[in-house]
Amino acid sequence: MDPQTVIAKRIARELRSGMLVNLGIGIPTLVAGYAPLDVQVYFHSENGLIGTGAIPAEGMAHPTLTDAGGRPVTALPGASTFDSAISFGFMRGGHVDLTVLGGLQVDQSGHLANWMIPGKMVPGMGGAMDLATGAKRVIVAMQHTAKGKSKIVQTCTLPVTSDRAVDCVVTELALIRFESGRAVLSEIAPGVSVDDVIAATEADLVVSQDLHQMLI
Amino acid sequence: MKTVPLAEAVAMIPDGARLVVGGFLSVGTPERLMDEIVRQEKRDLTLIANDTARPGVGVGKLVDAKCVRRVIVSHIGTNPETQRQMFADEITVELVPQGTLIERIRAGGYGLGGVLTPTGVGTLVEEGKQKIEVDGRTYLLETALKADFALVHAFLADYLGNLAYALTARNYNPIVAMAGETVIATAEHIVPVGVISPDHVVTPAPLVDYIVANG
Repeated sequence: MDPQTVIAKRIARELRSGMLVNLGIGIPTLVAGYAPLDVQVYFHSENGLIGTGAIPAEGMAHPTLTDAGGRPVTALPGASTFDSAISFGFMRGGHVDLTVLGGLQVDQSGHLANWMIPGKMVPGMGGAMDLATGAKRVIVAMQHTAKGKSKIVQTCTLPVTSDRAVDCVVTELALIRFESGRAVLSEIAPGVSVDDVIAATEADLVVSQDLHQMLI
Repeated sequence: MKTVPLAEAVAMIPDGARLVVGGFLSVGTPERLMDEIVRQEKRDLTLIANDTARPGVGVGKLVDAKCVRRVIVSHIGTNPETQRQMFADEITVELVPQGTLIERIRAGGYGLGGVLTPTGVGTLVEEGKQKIEVDGRTYLLETALKADFALVHAFLADYLGNLAYALTARNYNPIVAMAGETVIATAEHIVPVGVISPDHVVTPAPLVDYIVANG
């Protein structure tokens, strides 16, 4: 199983019926595809849609029904559309139960950096800062390393997205929770050892007494 | 409200004007106004919008044609031309978190001096801004944004200027319509008064100064 699939399948297990969920671009988007069949969640698109559905069949796309990446989507029964002030009120106001965001770095106290690499990549933060600051739960979906270097670091060297700590990060190797400023290794992926995770991680990890294998 | 031909609507916009434009990655952007601004070779505009779309679409057309000197947006990642002009110092880019940007525009249109938001506290966004503590939580004071012209795109406009929007093409449009000194709207369909029922009017007619004739 490729790293992205492991990450998306694990996070999909966090979905519960009735939740309002916002998925960021990249690996987070894949989570929707692994939602358990008996779980019905509302997906929120920050451009002003709750009840975002799958990509439409060929010939069924409409130019005024798109997701936050501008791609055509469908709307599920019970969907609603609204302006951007309401859309961001949902995020900042704590009405979004869960957001899944991509990451460039997460530090050992749970700070996320995901919006710029100074001098190289300056796309703008879009809605990431509002989501990271206001959603009830924030899960980061990212690969554990980039070019052999740990993305889970002692202190973020890239500009952070929020001063608020995320709840956990899920990688192809592990699920790490952030509790009281500490990074707690809570789950390890099948075939991965604690030593493997520690060797691949720059941050100091506390191994949970309840450590178990990741279900995917 | 007055109905005007496209060229006349855009002729009102002087070089150097400050525009706030509806749309999200060009969905809900008044494309005909964008094309006409390019055709009339407007210069040194300040653009307030969610993003700079992509080259060749939406407000991206204004960037391509070098009509814009300064942009205040939440995202330029989909438009390499904006990034190129930014790195070449041809354009000034102010990046604002999306939820903060829409609230600053809303504040401008609603007669508020600004808003207090937790978004951006402890990040680069807080630089130079006043921090205010309310009930033990820290917020940034984000000031209101207004513009000389608000350019909006509706699904329906009636003969008086009442507007209704379609699906995700609503996005910034109703908020933008409150924040412009002069409001110019285009619509997919211009319909008789009464076709949009009072409950379904999103932008009330007295806000709209000009409807661009369809043609």
